[in-house]
Amino acid sequence: MTIYAIRRILQTIPILFIISIMLFFLVRSAPGGPLTSARRNPNVTKEQIEALEEKLGLNDPLPVQYGRWMGALLAGDLGESIKFRRPVNDMIAERIPNTLLLVGVSFLITLLVAIPIGVLSARRPYSAFDYSMTTITFIGQSIPVYWLGLGLIVIFYVTIKNPLTGEPFLPVGGMNTQGKSGDLPDLLWHLVLPVTALSLGWIAWYSRFLRSSMMDVLHEDYVRTAKAKGASENAVYYRHALRNAILPLVTLIALDLPSLFAGALFVETIFSWPGMGRLFWDAAKGRDYPVLLGVVMITAVLIIVCNILADLAYGWLNPQVKYE
Amino acid sequence: MSELTTHTEQSMARTIIRRFFKHKLAGIAVAVLMVLVLAALFAFSSPYTPTEQEPANKFQTSSLDHWFGTDELGRDIFTRILYGGRVSLAVGLLSTFLSIALGVIVGALSGYFGGWVDSLLMRITDAFLTFPTIFVLIILGAYLREQQVPWLKNSVVIVIIIIAVLSWMWPARMVRGLFLVLREREFVTASRALGGSHLRIIVRHILPNCIGPILVSGTLQMAAAIITESGLSYLGFGVQPPTPTWGSILATAQNQVFRAPWIAFYPGLMIFITVMTINYIGDGLRDAFDPYVIHTEK
Repeated sequence: MTIYAIRRILQTIPILFIISIMLFFLVRSAPGGPLTSARRNPNVTKEQIEALEEKLGLNDPLPVQYGRWMGALLAGDLGESIKFRRPVNDMIAERIPNTLLLVGVSFLITLLVAIPIGVLSARRPYSAFDYSMTTITFIGQSIPVYWLGLGLIVIFYVTIKNPLTGEPFLPVGGMNTQGKSGDLPDLLWHLVLPVTALSLGWIAWYSRFLRSSMMDVLHEDYVRTAKAKGASENAVYYRHALRNAILPLVTLIALDLPSLFAGALFVETIFSWPGMGRLFWDAAKGRDYPVLLGVVMITAVLIIVCNILADLAYGWLNPQVKYE
Repeated sequence: MSELTTHTEQSMARTIIRRFFKHKLAGIAVAVLMVLVLAALFAFSSPYTPTEQEPANKFQTSSLDHWFGTDELGRDIFTRILYGGRVSLAVGLLSTFLSIALGVIVGALSGYFGGWVDSLLMRITDAFLTFPTIFVLIILGAYLREQQVPWLKNSVVIVIIIIAVLSWMWPARMVRGLFLVLREREFVTASRALGGSHLRIIVRHILPNCIGPILVSGTLQMAAAIITESGLSYLGFGVQPPTPTWGSILATAQNQVFRAPWIAFYPGLMIFITVMTINYIGDGLRDAFDPYVIHTEK
C-alpha cells in the first residue's frame, strides 16, 4: 500500500508539471499585466516603470521566467505578490486553514445528512419519503450555489432581524465579528450560512447517488444472506448494504473534488470568507500573477492529495481491491 | 404483455419517444424548456431594449409596465432576462455540442484502439480531470478577453470554447467505457470480417449503440455548462456587460441586494428552472433508453 501511494504520487508529478507550464505561459503572456495601473498613473515616469519591470524580471524571455519560477517553487517559494509585496507562501498559508475549515465542515455535514437520506430512500423505495426526497434533491441539484448564497443573504441578513438586538439574524461577512477573532461560538455562527450554501447541492447529489447505488446492492446475494441469517434490519442496511453501496460514492467524490473547490470559491466570494477562493478572485481582478499561479498550483496539489486519499479509503473499505 | 407484439412493429426511435413521454415530469420539462427557448427567441417583441436606460424609473418593483421591475439604471429586468436567456441557452447548447463532440472523438479512439493510444489519451484526460476547473476558467476568461484576435473579442465565443475545453473529459471516459465493451461484440467482428474499415465500424456500428448514454450525458453537460457560464459571468470573468446574461444580471443585482433584493431573484430563478428542466429531461432519457426500466401506469 505504501508503495502504491508512492507510485501514485510519482505519477502525478508529470501532471503537475504540465499544468504548471500551461498555466505559467498562459498567465504570463496575457497583455495588460500587473503594471497596467502604474502605467496609467501620470505621476509614474517611464523610467520608473522600466526599473520596476527590470526588478520583477518581466523583461526576460518567458522560458527564463518559468525556469526561475519553477526553481523557486521546487525550493518551496511561490514568489512575491505584485500587489501586496508579500510572499505568496505566507498569503496562501494564512488562507488554507480557512478554506479547509469551510470545505471540511460542509463535507462532514453533507455526509451526515446525505447518507441517512440515501439509505432511507432505498429502504422504502417509491414511498412518500422517497418521492419527496427525490423532488427535493432534484431542486437541490439545480440551484446554482451563487444564487442560493445570495438568497440566504437576502433572507437571513437583509430580511430577518434578531428580535432581541434588531441586528441582522445571521452574519454574512468574514469569519469573525470585529474584535472577536478567536471566539469559537462567533466563528461557528459565521459558518452557518456559508456551510448551508455549500453543502445543500452536495447533499442532493450524494444522497441521490447513494440511493441508486443502494438499490443496486440490495439485490445482491450477501444482502439476502444477511437477511436470512436473521440480522436486524438496521444491521442489514447499514452494515452489509451501505458498506458496499458507499464504494462508488467514494469514487464519485474523488472525481468530483475540483467542483467541490469550485463551490468553495463561489461561497467564499459571496460571503467574504477569507479562504483561497476569495484570495484567487481578488488576485484575478488585480492580475496578481504570482498569487494566481500559487493558488492554482496549491489547489491542484490539494486535489491530487485528496484523490490519493480517496483511493486509499477505497482500498480500506473494500478489501477485495489489491494495490499492485 | 401485449408490448412484445408492438415492439416489433414500432421503430426504435418511436419506442424511445413513447417511453420518454411516459416519464410525465420529463414531458412537462420539455414543454417548459420550449417556452423558455421561444421566449428567448422572441425577446425582440418586448417594448424595451435590454440596454435602454430610464434614469427616472430606477428600482421599480413589479408592475404592468415592468413585469420584473427595473434595475439601478432603469433598465427593464424582464427584457434583460429574455435577452440574457438567448446568451445563456446558446452558450449551454453550443458548448455542450463541442464538449460532447470532443469527448466522443477522444473516447471512441481510446476505447476502440486501446493500447498506447488509450494510455496516452487517458493520461491527458486524467490530467484535465485534476484541473481545478473554475480557477483555470477564470484565468482563461481574463486572458482571452485581452487578446487581439478579432473573433475572440466576442466574450460569448470565448466562454463557449473554454467551457467545452474543460468539460469533455466526462463524456470521453463514458464513451471509452462503452467502446471497450462494444468492440468485443459479434457485430463488430462480423463487420471486420466483411472488410469494414475502422472508421466505418466506429461510426456506423458502435457509435449508434452509444446514443442513449451520450444524450443523457449531454443533458448533464448542458446543465453544468449553463451553471458554469452564469457563475463565470457572475464573478465578472465570463460574458461581459453590456451583453446581458443571467449570470451578469445576477452580478449587478448583488451590488443592489440591500436596496432591491428582488433583482437578484429573477435571473437566478431562470437559471434554476432551466437547469431543473434539463435535469428532468436527462432523467426521462435515461429511463427511455434503459431496457430494464419497467414503466408502470399510475
